[in-house]
Amino acid sequence: MASPVMASNPAIFGAKKEFGFAPCSSPSIMRHRLPRRALNKVLAVVAPARSPGAPSASGSVKHAMTMTEKILARVSEKSHLEPGENVWVNVDVLMTHDVGGPGTIGIFKKEFGQNARVWDHEKIVIIPDHYIFTSDERANRNVDILRDFCLEQNIKYFYDIKGLSNFKANPDYKGVCHIALAQEGHCRPGEVLLGTDSHTCNAGAFGQFATGIGNTDAGFVMGTGKLLLKVPPTLRFVLDGEMPNYLLAKDLILQIIGEITVAGATYKSMEFVGSTIQGLNMEERMTLCNMAVEAGGKNGVVPADEVTFKYLEDKTSENYEPVYSDDNARFIGEYRIDVSKVEPLVAKPHSPDNRALARECKDVKIDRVYIGSCTGGKTEDFLAAAKVFLASGKKVKVPTFLVPATQKVWMDIYSLPVPGSGGKTCSQIFEEAGCDTPTSPSCGACLGGPRDTYARMNEPQICVSTTNRNFPGRMGHKEGQIYLASPYTAASSALTGYVADPRDFLM
Amino acid sequence: MATTAMAAAAISATPSTVKNSFYACNNHAPFLSSCRPRLSFHHRLSSSPLTLPSLSAPKYSPIHRHCAASASSKVDASIANFHGPCYVLGDNIDTDQIIPAEYLTLVPSKPDEYEKLGSYAFIGLPSAAYSTPFIASGATKTGFPIIIAGANFGCGSSREHAPVALGAAGSRAVIAESYARIFFRNSVATGEIYPVECERVGLWKECTTGDIVTVELGENRLINHTTGKEYKLKPIGDAGPVIEAGGIFAYARKTGMIAAPSN
Repeated sequence: MASPVMASNPAIFGAKKEFGFAPCSSPSIMRHRLPRRALNKVLAVVAPARSPGAPSASGSVKHAMTMTEKILARVSEKSHLEPGENVWVNVDVLMTHDVGGPGTIGIFKKEFGQNARVWDHEKIVIIPDHYIFTSDERANRNVDILRDFCLEQNIKYFYDIKGLSNFKANPDYKGVCHIALAQEGHCRPGEVLLGTDSHTCNAGAFGQFATGIGNTDAGFVMGTGKLLLKVPPTLRFVLDGEMPNYLLAKDLILQIIGEITVAGATYKSMEFVGSTIQGLNMEERMTLCNMAVEAGGKNGVVPADEVTFKYLEDKTSENYEPVYSDDNARFIGEYRIDVSKVEPLVAKPHSPDNRALARECKDVKIDRVYIGSCTGGKTEDFLAAAKVFLASGKKVKVPTFLVPATQKVWMDIYSLPVPGSGGKTCSQIFEEAGCDTPTSPSCGACLGGPRDTYARMNEPQICVSTTNRNFPGRMGHKEGQIYLASPYTAASSALTGYVADPRDFLM
Repeated sequence: MATTAMAAAAISATPSTVKNSFYACNNHAPFLSSCRPRLSFHHRLSSSPLTLPSLSAPKYSPIHRHCAASASSKVDASIANFHGPCYVLGDNIDTDQIIPAEYLTLVPSKPDEYEKLGSYAFIGLPSAAYSTPFIASGATKTGFPIIIAGANFGCGSSREHAPVALGAAGSRAVIAESYARIFFRNSVATGEIYPVECERVGLWKECTTGDIVTVELGENRLINHTTGKEYKLKPIGDAGPVIEAGGIFAYARKTGMIAAPSN
C-alpha cells in the first residue's frame, strides 16, 4: 500500500546549486530539450543559504519572486520575501462549511468570547455542502449551527438550505464549496483565500493563493483576519503541446502526482504554466489545482489571463490585481510535460499517486461509476461524460451515479445543449445511456459521509470515480477499491463495465 | 529520563527541522521577536469591541491538557517525556484512516463529542494490515501513548478532527519520518499531539506495535526498550512551546499577542 516517497530536499537552506531535472519514468515528461524560444529564463535553482542569525531581509538585496511569493509579500505588506519565511498575512476570504464550520465557530467563541464579532462579516463565506441530504441528526444540526452563527454575525455570504427534500426550493443553496466560491465570484487573482477544506487549493486556478487550514487556524482568522503562514518554495510545471481530444486536466494532474508522489510537493507551491494551460478553460484549471494537495502541495496556481478575466466578468465587480512570476524568479524545481505524449490515466487503489495507463487496466471489472465532486462534478466534467455516451450510443453496464457539484451545474446539465447531439441536453443523454438520475448537488459520496449518503460505497466494490482521493475507506467501505479517473475515462468505463480507455469511444 | 527541562527558546533548529517547524524563523529566535509591532493583536484588540483580558479561566478546555498548574515558566520534564507501548504504522497514513469521514459530524469543540472522536481514532485502518486495534474493543481511550509511523503521516484532508482524535484518545506524540503540512499545522495549532520527526528512514520497520518506548523531547531521543535500540529525533523546535502551551491561542495569550476571551 505504501507508495515510494521521494526523499525530501533539505537543500533549500543549503548552498545554491543547479537542480537537474528530476528522473522520470514516462516518455511524456521532460525527455525533450527546452524549446528554442524558451518560455522563460527560469532557472531551476535552490534558494540561496541564509546564515542563521543574519537579520532578515535587509532590503538591499532584492531579487525576483514567484507568483506565490509575490502574493504573500503583498498580503503581508512586505516588499520582498523568500521561501521559508513565516509571515503574517491579511486574509481576503475565509471559507468554511458544515464539517469545519461548527468546530471553527466553537473555537472562535471560546477564544475570543461568546459575544465576539468576526473580523469582517463580508469576508467570510459559509457554505453547507458536505453532509446535507441525510437524515443524520448531527449533520443536520451542524447546518443549524452555521445558520445561527450567520444570523448572529450578519454574515453576508451564507448559502443556506432548510428544506432537504427539494434543493431547488432553496434559492440560496449552492453546493460544493470550491465550485460555489468560483461561481459566486469569491475567487480573484492576487488574493489570499483560506478554507477549512484541503481542496481550497482549487481556487489557485484564478491566480490567487488558496490553501486549506484546520478549525483552530480558521478560528484565529475569524477573529483577527490574519494568519501566520510559511512561504513555500515553488515547483514549476510547464505543460506544452495541444491537448489531445481524449485527455482532460484530470489526466494531467494524475500524470504529475504519479510522477512526484503524494509527498512530492509537500510544503511547496505548484505553479502550472505553458501553452496547454493557456488553452484550458477555468473549470479545467480548477481540476488541476484542486488536486495539488494530493501531491502534498501547499497551493496550486495558474497565472490569470484573458480566460480568467472573461470568466470573472459577470461574477464579480471587485477590483483585483493579478501577479505573475518574475522572469528570473527562482523555482525549487521544474518539470516539463509534453502533453501530446500523455495517455488517459487512472490512479489505482489505494493512493492518488498509484498511476497506471487506463489501457493497461482493461481487465479490471468494475461495479460502479461515480461522476461528481469539486474535482470531477462541474459543468465541463458532465459535458465531457455526455460526449462519451453520445459517441457510444449504448447503455452503461454498471450503476452510474451523477452528483452535480452545485445548483448551477445541475441546471446546466438540464439545459445546456451538448455539441454534436442535435440539441440534446446532458440529462437526456445520461438518461438514454441508463445512468442514474443526477442527484441533489453536494459533496456526496466523494468522502463517504453518513451511512445514508447517496452513492456511498457500503459494500466492498470496485468503483471508477472522478473524485480526488482513493485511500482505504474513502468512499465508505474500508475494502472498497477506487480508481480515480477523468470524466472521459469514467464514462467509458461505465459503458464497458471494466476500466476503459476513452480513445475506444472518442477516436 | 531526561533531567534537563526543555527550555523553549534555547532549541536551535537544524535546517531540515526549520523546514517543518511551524513557527521557526530563519534567525532561529522565538517567532514573536521577528513579528513587527503593528502585528501585536493585543493592541489591536483593545481598540475593537473585544475587551481586555479576563482573569477567569475557561470553564472547560479539553484541548488544554498540557496546561498543568506550575509556578515555573520552564517546561516540566515530565511533560517533555512520554513512555509506554507504541503503535506502529507505515507510510502515507491518511486522514481517512485516522478518522473516517462519517465521524466528522462530531464537533471537536464540544466536550462530549471531543471524547467520542477520540474513541474512533484509527478506526479506518484496514484490519488486515493492522490486526491490533488502536483502541481495544469496548474502550474509549488508547493504550498506546506513542505512535510510530513512516513518511507523509496525516496526508489527505485538512480535517482537524485527525490530530484531535489522536489527542482525545490519549496519545501524546507521533514519531514519523515526515508529515503532511496541514496535519502538522493542525497538531501544533491545537496542541493536541507532538508531531515529532525522526532522523532514521524506515525506523517504523524496526519497531513493533507493543514495544515499550520512551520519547525524550529534551534529548531528541527515542528509546525502544524492547529492542534495546535508540534513535535520534529531530528537534521539535519552536513548535514545542506552542504545543506545550496548549496550542496557538494559548501560546498567543501567554506571549501577549492576543487577549483572553471577553467573557
